[in-house]
Amino acid sequence: MDYALQQLVNGLTLGMIYGLIALGYTMVYGIIGMINFAHGDVFMIGAFVSLISFLLLGAGGITAVPIALVLVLAIAMCFTALYGFAVERIAYRPLRGSFRLAPLISAIGMSIFLQNFVQVSQGARVKPLEPVVRGGFVLHQEASFSVSISIMQIIIILTTLVVLAVFTLVVSRTPLGRAMRACEQDQRMAKLLGIDVDRTISLTFVLGAALAAVAGMMYLLYYGVIDFFIGFVAGVKAFTAAVLGGIGSLPGAVLGGLLIGLIETFWSAYFSVQYKDVAAFSILVLTLVFMPSGLLGRNDVEKV
Amino acid sequence: MFRRTLVAAAAAGALVAGSGLAQAQIRIATAGPMTGQYAAFGAQMRAGAEQAVADINAAGGVLGQQLVLEIGDDACDPRQAVSVANSLASRRVQFVAGHFCSGSSIPASKVYAEEGVLQISPASTNPRFTDEGGWNTFRVCGRDDQQGLIAGQFIAKSFPGQRVAILHDNSAYGKGLADEVKKNMNASGLQETMYQAYVAGERDYSALVSRLKQANIQVVYFGGYHTEAGLIVRQMREQAVNAVAIGADALVTNEYWQITGGAGEGTLMTFASDPRNRPTAAEVVAKFRAKNIDPEGYVLYTYAAIQIWADAVRKTGATNPQRVAATLKSGGPWQSVLGPITFDGKGDVTVPDYVFYVWRNGTYREM
Repeated sequence: MDYALQQLVNGLTLGMIYGLIALGYTMVYGIIGMINFAHGDVFMIGAFVSLISFLLLGAGGITAVPIALVLVLAIAMCFTALYGFAVERIAYRPLRGSFRLAPLISAIGMSIFLQNFVQVSQGARVKPLEPVVRGGFVLHQEASFSVSISIMQIIIILTTLVVLAVFTLVVSRTPLGRAMRACEQDQRMAKLLGIDVDRTISLTFVLGAALAAVAGMMYLLYYGVIDFFIGFVAGVKAFTAAVLGGIGSLPGAVLGGLLIGLIETFWSAYFSVQYKDVAAFSILVLTLVFMPSGLLGRNDVEKV
Repeated sequence: MFRRTLVAAAAAGALVAGSGLAQAQIRIATAGPMTGQYAAFGAQMRAGAEQAVADINAAGGVLGQQLVLEIGDDACDPRQAVSVANSLASRRVQFVAGHFCSGSSIPASKVYAEEGVLQISPASTNPRFTDEGGWNTFRVCGRDDQQGLIAGQFIAKSFPGQRVAILHDNSAYGKGLADEVKKNMNASGLQETMYQAYVAGERDYSALVSRLKQANIQVVYFGGYHTEAGLIVRQMREQAVNAVAIGADALVTNEYWQITGGAGEGTLMTFASDPRNRPTAAEVVAKFRAKNIDPEGYVLYTYAAIQIWADAVRKTGATNPQRVAATLKSGGPWQSVLGPITFDGKGDVTVPDYVFYVWRNGTYREM
């Protein structure tokens, strides 16, 4: 029982990380119906910027953990927001009116470009960070097995829930959110009614990229090791999570992430570690067979 | 008719000119993971190869010709290794000091055998490399059956009756090594409690670690590379699993300590007795230190591979790879920075020496 509880903690944390990255995919898809494959790499850049900022702050003598965390997060969000803005301007906006596959291909190109850019400028070796947030709690103690949760795991779970709540509010309650939903339904009509569609889409990308910075920093703090390739691996999983939960739906992204994290963890815990991906993707296939738009996705009426 | 002869003559002329140019220098290569997860080892190979070529050229080259070094990047991916091997062969490389990962060396060696390229691996320890290899495969490191024998017996002897987990990453190197350790440990009278494969390239091994904790594991053996082993050890300590970590020669890089931080304290690993301390290496080690390079891990092995090849070419009096291979097998012992080396009929070194190292305070030393 204790063992299952510990695995639940592991799975929840992993799932929340997937969910946090998946939120970025789903945000952009929800507005312009395009899969931003470069999101995983913007996440990776967020992790790198966080690492560099931590080292600079450490060298500059700012070592109080809460202040350092907030500063690093702010710096990383600014940088990735710039990247998100630039990516949209360079790779997607010029192709917005063209056929559906064009922006998809340029997104994959952008992803490869960002990966190689970081590999060349930062080197291919893994980059470590000393643990910043230490400590944890023992939830239950038995003779041979103790269930523990670290402060970092709690931070990750809370952050994801807070981010989910904030972005749900932004989309449903603010003027920007209203503009986003209008663009999603009909861009031309939105434009006719005086909404600046270009600006709305730009802002969506900037918000999505800032989200990637949050995920990147959490990832760096939790695992302590990053390299230029993390965006691809984590991106594939997070994208899967977004599809499983119903792409376009914010709570769906977190739900999908949680499911994939939990399935992977519990499969590793009770069956074979090496076949955990098979288990996760089998569930994905089964779900999509019966619910083609994902768990919380809306059924799109195909417009002709 | 006349025109055709002219073209043929021109083509023949071009060929002569081409081979004339090639005569002035000999192309050799080192190939390994210059990028990707295991790039730390690629950097070691590159440093060793560049120094060896510079030293040989400064001493007048080989057979009066200068060496030119090519660098091949296989990223430890077997498919990329084959295409690197083809591209090196097409550039008329005579000899390759490489590759690093056994999973790359084995498929690449088939290409080299067909194309007439000699291969001395500084690091690939999987037995299949020379067992299945053709006329062209050599290595200056030991074999996993030797390494696994030492590790398996050591575990059985030092941790009798304890609960041992053997983990591997399903690579040619990792699984081969884990199987050898399991076999030898069982033969010495200790059964493992857990034998499990993990997925390389991931970051989250918490589920596996909880499983180790549940099974009350006291000793963990890693058949795999330093990035995954480092992460698992780090996550083990976070979950208060205090099992002894034991690895092999793929942990011989300072990057292992960078990943684990203090959690790596006390990790054991098998590697040949430190080549940096051997008297034969003193002069070369001083050269590396002067350039601010620590000749750790496989730097000196790559250096030795090129050094031995150059000696064998001098002794043969030609660069023809088949003839050099025959000389290598019959003409030892070869004097190298690693000390005298003799090859057996398969291309393995005759006296490998594996010893245990322990990580303490960010450095490793012999136990």
